[in-house]
Amino acid sequence: MTAGQDLEPLEDEALRERLERVWAHPTGWRGVLTAVDHKVIARRYIATAFVFFFLAGVLALLMRAQLARPESHLIGPDRYNQLFSMHGTTMMFLFAVPVMEAIAVYLVPLMCGARNICFPRLNAYGYWVYLFGGIMIWIAFAMNVGPETGWFSYVPLAGPEFSPGKRTDFWAQMVTFTEVAALAVAVQLVAQILKQRAPGMTLSRMPLFLWSMLVTAFMVIFAMPAVMVATTFLITDRLVGTQFYNPAEGGDPLLWQHLFWFFGHPEVYIIFIPALGMVSQIVAAFSRRTILAYPAMVLALLANGFLAFGLWVHHMFATGLPRLGDSFYTSASMMIAIPSGLQIFAWIATIWDGKPRFKTPLLFVIGFIVIFVLGGLTGVMLASVPLDLQVHDTYFVVAHFHYVLIGGAVFPLFGAIYYWFPKITGRLLDERAGVWNFWTFFVGFNVAFFPMHILGLLGMPRRVYTYKAGLGWEVWNLISSLGAVLIAVSMLIFIINVLVSLRRGKVAGDNPWEASSLEWATSSPPPIYNFLRIPVVTGREPLWEGDKLPVMSGLGETERESLCVSIVEAEPDIRQKSAPPTVWPLLAAIATTVLFIGSIFHEWAVVWGAIPVAITLCGWFWPGRPTRKALKERSA
Amino acid sequence: MIRRITRLAPCLALAGCAGVQSALDPASDQASSVFGIWSLMLWICGVMYALVLAFLAAAIWKARHRLSGPPIAEGQKSPADRPLTRVLTGWVGLTVVGLLVLTFGSFLVDRQLALADQKNAQTIKITANQWWWKVEYDDPVPGRRFVTANELHLPVDRPARIELEAGDVIHSFWVPNLGGKQDLIPGRTNRLLVTPRRVGLFRGQCAEFCGLQHAWMALDVTVEPQTAFAAWAEAQRRAPAPPSTPEALRGRDVFIGAACNSCHQVTGQPAQGQTGPDLTHMASRPSLAAGARPYSRQALDEWLRDPQALKPGNHMPLVATRADERAALVAYLDTLK
Repeated sequence: MTAGQDLEPLEDEALRERLERVWAHPTGWRGVLTAVDHKVIARRYIATAFVFFFLAGVLALLMRAQLARPESHLIGPDRYNQLFSMHGTTMMFLFAVPVMEAIAVYLVPLMCGARNICFPRLNAYGYWVYLFGGIMIWIAFAMNVGPETGWFSYVPLAGPEFSPGKRTDFWAQMVTFTEVAALAVAVQLVAQILKQRAPGMTLSRMPLFLWSMLVTAFMVIFAMPAVMVATTFLITDRLVGTQFYNPAEGGDPLLWQHLFWFFGHPEVYIIFIPALGMVSQIVAAFSRRTILAYPAMVLALLANGFLAFGLWVHHMFATGLPRLGDSFYTSASMMIAIPSGLQIFAWIATIWDGKPRFKTPLLFVIGFIVIFVLGGLTGVMLASVPLDLQVHDTYFVVAHFHYVLIGGAVFPLFGAIYYWFPKITGRLLDERAGVWNFWTFFVGFNVAFFPMHILGLLGMPRRVYTYKAGLGWEVWNLISSLGAVLIAVSMLIFIINVLVSLRRGKVAGDNPWEASSLEWATSSPPPIYNFLRIPVVTGREPLWEGDKLPVMSGLGETERESLCVSIVEAEPDIRQKSAPPTVWPLLAAIATTVLFIGSIFHEWAVVWGAIPVAITLCGWFWPGRPTRKALKERSA
Repeated sequence: MIRRITRLAPCLALAGCAGVQSALDPASDQASSVFGIWSLMLWICGVMYALVLAFLAAAIWKARHRLSGPPIAEGQKSPADRPLTRVLTGWVGLTVVGLLVLTFGSFLVDRQLALADQKNAQTIKITANQWWWKVEYDDPVPGRRFVTANELHLPVDRPARIELEAGDVIHSFWVPNLGGKQDLIPGRTNRLLVTPRRVGLFRGQCAEFCGLQHAWMALDVTVEPQTAFAAWAEAQRRAPAPPSTPEALRGRDVFIGAACNSCHQVTGQPAQGQTGPDLTHMASRPSLAAGARPYSRQALDEWLRDPQALKPGNHMPLVATRADERAALVAYLDTLK
């Protein structure tokens, strides 16, 4: 059902023509470089993130090849250290956080019934910065100056004395790139969700995915500055001889760990909470039932986001902090299982009472529950100080966080791709290949990662490039490596499915799953202006309310405009102009890139590099004069 | 009896958990306490996991024949709303109770570890370096202190207070059979108390990523009866017998001439270097190069031929380039017992 179907067709046609003219973007290369449409940017964002995902997956396969046998000489320690550093760095900074934000950039404006995301140029800028940062670190890796001290880069190992050369500097600057990009998206999402929802979509009617992205965006805004401070200290320690982390000069290596994990633990939830939102959407759509206990679900998301900031010390139990303090973090770490558990139970109850159709997206959600609950329970174990001291920094922890990150975020993400692919491309992914994709992934995952629990308990530490024979680790490592191969097969099925379905998939129609949220109210893929008329929301499931979706008019048709509403009640407030296509965000991102990369080599790059950034920002914000055509149309 | 079964069951499930580097084969008070909390966790979490899976399976089973009708939106009350909300409350209640038990259990074990008896404890200082362990046995009489490397001997049934420091980057001391790990951090001293209760040979390994040779930074641990420990300590305090064969004598000259002595120490010889492991009794240690190979003359020869081949990136330079020099050096080092 398309918004405004009930109105006179002639008027619709005229409106469509006008909107197409106003929202049109240039074609060809100019179009590529000046795009500000959230759907275009999000498609690029998602594709780029998946490219990094597969690259990091190849690194994981290489590591599993090396560890399949004891005392293997396939890969030396220097290369291996770069492999696991790049694997972690890419997965955390270049895949997991960006892909969640990318999907939000696509869906949030649609779920809000908006014409574009609220800061379209910032959106484009964020994408370019992310892309350039990712390319930089991978070129550095290809040129043998990839990071070597892990995705966590503990000092003093990552400090100037023990990590000479530029490897760690590239890593630290890559973090800066991704921080800037992530913060840009977070700001847009907060503004979009709070101020630019469809009229009538009060806070209590927001889909759970919007709630989860709102919580996530706030977490990004609070967590990222900590790592920004941490890496800036590291860069200045390395570049200009400050001594933030040097105990001999009054610094402290533990300062790094506090700052890093104050970011690093919420980071895990920044990846996980969007996945919770995706699961809620999928469960509701395929169970054909509104999620049970909606208020409790919202509170659980908020509790997850809040508690996530009180757990960071459980990464540091072995550092010899005061014991009473450790106990506080034990309780906090245990407590976060309550809101997470509540959501799991609510989804199962929703399936219980619903009319479920077991399509691929729901399969991935069920896989998510089976895997994630196990990871959550090992997380409860790790919260205990004495037990953590045994298994900390062993393969037990490697197993745990792959269960929560792959189980908790990647499975829902795959479900989300199968679910929203028809909206984004207009075609459905093949269902049979999807079922194969799911089962190979599910089985491969458990074969690869379950043995790691045992390895950890049998004493195998993390981040070792090889291990001694005869400690009982050989068989578990071999099984794990075989599981990794099965995951690779699963990923191949996924890639083929996507490529084939893009050309030959079944045409989806507006709402192939008969789902309830606003993105399904427009065509697939949506037109450039998203909605012909802005939908008005009267309940929590707008498309399940009745036959017709009410719409409103009054938004400009001669200029790009978006609607701002009041935060709580979503009453129409003001009309705001939306930026047209422009090349300035790209130029600003290039200038930023020059500054960041220059500062790896010389401190003065920060000063001189700021000049082009300032120039491009001036160009970006230069107030445009209304064109003669627009003036004429306005007066008419 | 029940207690014994609860302790055995998880172990049986993982056949072959006994080992020289296993957290499932505790040989000290501390490791046993941790193993206790592990068993408790495994039982509570295992039951909880089974319950959740059963709930999920039941939900899927119940829903399998449901015909699709109009979806249930907000406000359209389903008759199951009420009972399901109650079920949900029940689940959350169960979670809270389980977590409370685990939190208190964990706290009690932690308290027990912190309050452990330290009377008559042997103090040992361990300094971690890239990529070896320096082990110093303290004694009230200064002349009775001694130093060794990459091996740790502990008397059974006597607490050992281990002081942990780092010479370069962060490392982590971990002997799974004897208890949890503790980091060694530059600029800080951490402490760990271990009370071994079983005689045996164990293996520890650095557990915090510390650079290129993190994988080969192991520690051989021997827990032995008090008398055997006293005899070993006495032997450690003595200088090794001076070399007697001509080849070993030549080897000693190589050792001093090739500047091995600028990094390594050998008691009784003009070798007082402090940057590398103490070699006074190296030929009596179980392994070479921090666990990279079991000790043998052949392994020693291989190590000296190219230290970078066995442990790429380590800080030991190539010293004895000529084959005959190396043979003499091996002959000398093999006398250091």
